[in-house]
Amino acid sequence: MGDQKKIEQIEAEVKEEFSLFDSWDDKYEYIIDLGKKLLPLEEKFKIDENRVRGCQSTVWLVADHKDGKIFYKAESDAVIVKGLISMLIRVLSGQTADDIINARLNFIHEIGMTTHLAQTRSNGLLAMVKQMKNFALAFKLKQAAAINN
Amino acid sequence: MIEPVTTIKKGLNIDAIRSQFPILNREVKGKPLVYFDNAATSQKPQCVIDALVNYYTHYNANVHRGIHTLAEEATLAMEKSRDAAQEFINSESREQVIFTKGTTEGINLVAETWGRQNIGAGDEIIVSNIEHHSNIVPWQILIEEKGATLKVIPVNEKGELVIDEYRKLLNPRTRLVAVNHASNALGTINPVKEIIDAAHKAGALVLIDGAQSTVHLDIDVQGMDCDFFAFSSHKMYGPTGVGVLYGKKELLEAMPPFQGGGEMIKEVTFEKTTYNDLPYKYEAGTPNIADIIAFKAAIDFVNGIGKRNIKQYEDELLQYGTGQLKEIPGVRIVGEAKEKVSVISFIVDKLHPQDLGILLDNYGIAVRTGHHCAQPLMDCYRIPGTVRASFAVYNTKEEIDELVVGLKKAIKMLS
Repeated sequence: MGDQKKIEQIEAEVKEEFSLFDSWDDKYEYIIDLGKKLLPLEEKFKIDENRVRGCQSTVWLVADHKDGKIFYKAESDAVIVKGLISMLIRVLSGQTADDIINARLNFIHEIGMTTHLAQTRSNGLLAMVKQMKNFALAFKLKQAAAINN
Repeated sequence: MIEPVTTIKKGLNIDAIRSQFPILNREVKGKPLVYFDNAATSQKPQCVIDALVNYYTHYNANVHRGIHTLAEEATLAMEKSRDAAQEFINSESREQVIFTKGTTEGINLVAETWGRQNIGAGDEIIVSNIEHHSNIVPWQILIEEKGATLKVIPVNEKGELVIDEYRKLLNPRTRLVAVNHASNALGTINPVKEIIDAAHKAGALVLIDGAQSTVHLDIDVQGMDCDFFAFSSHKMYGPTGVGVLYGKKELLEAMPPFQGGGEMIKEVTFEKTTYNDLPYKYEAGTPNIADIIAFKAAIDFVNGIGKRNIKQYEDELLQYGTGQLKEIPGVRIVGEAKEKVSVISFIVDKLHPQDLGILLDNYGIAVRTGHHCAQPLMDCYRIPGTVRASFAVYNTKEEIDELVVGLKKAIKMLS
């Protein structure tokens, strides 16, 4: 495995891919396709503790860490949300806790998905980003505690 | 000049009605807006918007206390709204029309005042399985405090209340029955007269949540004989932040005040305060003057078209829409009660309502998706939610055709 690309680098790639689409239909078609291709989460993870609150659809999110990097897995019962998760995983999974915590994720706005970040009760994206960052923060705190001990 | 008439529906000129709603001219995602989220809130006609602007432009003042011209004009206009609302629901008197923020506040007012005074340990309150959370949670808070119990009228597969089961729930411990007149999630019109008569026979009072019915059905609180009736202005073409709570006079007089403050008092000393007469006893603080005044414009608008004409036209849309949607493979209508207001809730096989809602929005079509603040009902049907299209008098069959086209495209993309 080569060096992990930086978050901004992946964001730029996503942006470029989206710039190829002329219409919203095409964008959604692509996101739906990503959603369909997202690897299913093992059933054992689909429990209440792993649910992301604040989504109209059901979203489960789990995180793991290896060699100082954090890896995410997630699934939803709604396919567009799954597509959005897939993009977030692509950008954030395999990054360091600090990079995840500091990620500005401007690409979401730049590809026109801001509506999914709006503070409405139906959105889940904001809640997912928050949860992903929380995992990174928790990991970092745990690391710090381990060093101090 | 003769107005162009392209669509005449049994005397209703829908084009002329549409032209009164400026928002219907806007585009969403580059497509003409199709607004089918009327059960959440309806759009506002120009006369309502003008009434708001006119108040703030010409006679903004605090009501009831001032002796200057502006205060008098504002007071008069606000009280005219009360008269209009009284007539609109056929209340015995204007004093029984209490202005609230909306249906939710009306229900909470009853729970906090009548409820706290009259509900005790072991008492029972009956709600139904198709209630909005607004007509569940205030009662849950109350029963928890008082050690009382909540009983639930079951719903059948068609979305109708099972009245035989309701009758079995009534007993001498039943203090209150709180049900909606029409369901926001399914559109079911409940047999409120039957429900009220049975409750009264058992010695219980009845609160009717009229949030979804008042814009579609003739409301006669005296004929219905309900003890409380709550509804909102914003679901009937009026401004947000205004509602009415109607109550029987002897109840309203006996109940303690809801909130303390200005307006609701007669005399205040540190030893004792005497409360104002109805309806002001329940209207503490400066009311939502502008919106209350503009609410009358909405009532006039509805009366101008006529509720029966509205219902007849909306029934046509409901029938047409139901028929069209049913023809799409995979679509299942949720809630097929015999009596319905113009609400169609549906699900599509294997697809999540949220996905459908996002894609429909992409075609300029505004529908509601989710549990519609009726989670117990969704749990009962074992579905995560529905897509809901709800129609108002300004909607058209052509717009329903747009929905059908959009939905077919969305299904194709998602399948």
